[in-house]
Amino acid sequence: MTPEEWEIIALSLKVSGVAVLLTLPVAFALAWLLARGRFPGKLLLDALVHLPLVLPPVVTGWLLLLAFGPHGPAGRLLADWFGVTLLFRWPGAALAAAIMALPLMVRAMRLSIEAVDRRLEQAARTLGASPAHVLRTVSLPLAMPGLIAGAVLGFARSIGEFGATITFVSNVPGETRTIPLAIYSALQVPGQESAVTRLALIAVLLSLAALVASEWLARRTGAGRGGHVL
Amino acid sequence: MSFEIAVARRLGSAQIALDLRAGPGLTALFGPSGAGKTSILNMVAGLLRPDRGRIAVAGETLFDSAAGIDCPPERRRAGYVFQDARLFPHRRVRDNLLYGWRLAAPAHRWMTLDEATGFLGIAPLLDRWPRTLSGGEAQRVAIGRALLSGPRFLLMDEPLAALDMPRRAEIMAVIARIRDELGLPILYVSHDRAEVDRLASQVVTLG
Repeated sequence: MTPEEWEIIALSLKVSGVAVLLTLPVAFALAWLLARGRFPGKLLLDALVHLPLVLPPVVTGWLLLLAFGPHGPAGRLLADWFGVTLLFRWPGAALAAAIMALPLMVRAMRLSIEAVDRRLEQAARTLGASPAHVLRTVSLPLAMPGLIAGAVLGFARSIGEFGATITFVSNVPGETRTIPLAIYSALQVPGQESAVTRLALIAVLLSLAALVASEWLARRTGAGRGGHVL
Repeated sequence: MSFEIAVARRLGSAQIALDLRAGPGLTALFGPSGAGKTSILNMVAGLLRPDRGRIAVAGETLFDSAAGIDCPPERRRAGYVFQDARLFPHRRVRDNLLYGWRLAAPAHRWMTLDEATGFLGIAPLLDRWPRTLSGGEAQRVAIGRALLSGPRFLLMDEPLAALDMPRRAEIMAVIARIRDELGLPILYVSHDRAEVDRLASQVVTLG
């Protein structure tokens, strides 16, 4: 492993970690809304959330470029108010990964929220719990294995994110060149086969580690009632 | 009057209506399955909103459509015992029992954990997980959880229905003791004549 490769791994972990942390509250809110809400336009919201799953990633990247580029509405807003630009920078890569991970996270979380027995929530209400307290002490703990599964799925998806990232923030070494982009770059240059192998192995190991960690966490949170992610 | 209930509610194609005034002791709502007995309990607990009417328990108005009163379930101080015990699967028996007790204002608590476990004979179960309990054990814990939340009245929805015969007799004795020793007004739903004859101070027939 060369220092550059370590840097690539660290960057990938940073981008994916930030992407998941950023998406977690948004995904949970959307999952809750889709699982429990009854409102006009629910089908449309459902479709919008799932769009990144079915669009070609390059199209998602291009849409991000339109919105967050120097002339895009969101991009101008960020530049004027915060002096921030996402283009060619790692927060942009994190945003691309977050958008791509969102549908997977929402799906897993929604299923686990729908599986929560609402009669238990009712029982908690009659025992004196406010709706917020029911959420904290009954709904969230019961949905936890699914929430963890969603977060891990999102993390794994972010580690593997390629198309939207390279379209939106390009392939800048040390800034947006995550593991998949580095593998792609190495494949363009003759004689880089060993670097490709090493990076590919790292990608496999990271994904496996995420899955094992999630299973372990789900077992802990599901203690006594046997919750599983896998 | 312990229970004053005059409510109407449309559920699908069925119309549920009840006008009831009940004294102290155990009032049985008796009738066939599907007559809306559980819906009545849910309305008293605040889990189902009547289309119109008034619900008062021990002189306190919990719901009154004309006056715009609709007390949320967590403030009605109802001890609701469901047909399926509905214990929280992610909490041990002890934490199930103390769930409502911890939420109750200290002045509203009238039973301690020790008293409840002694009364119901569930002290050996405290560290168990709900999924390891038998039906009768789970129902005792559910009754204890309701009593410990410091309720002003109890709602019981066929609490014996899921139990086998020996367990039934056991839990029925517990309910008779609650009625006689604790003096709480109880609204009790059943479709079993023998159960009602044994327990009820007053019977209201539905359906």
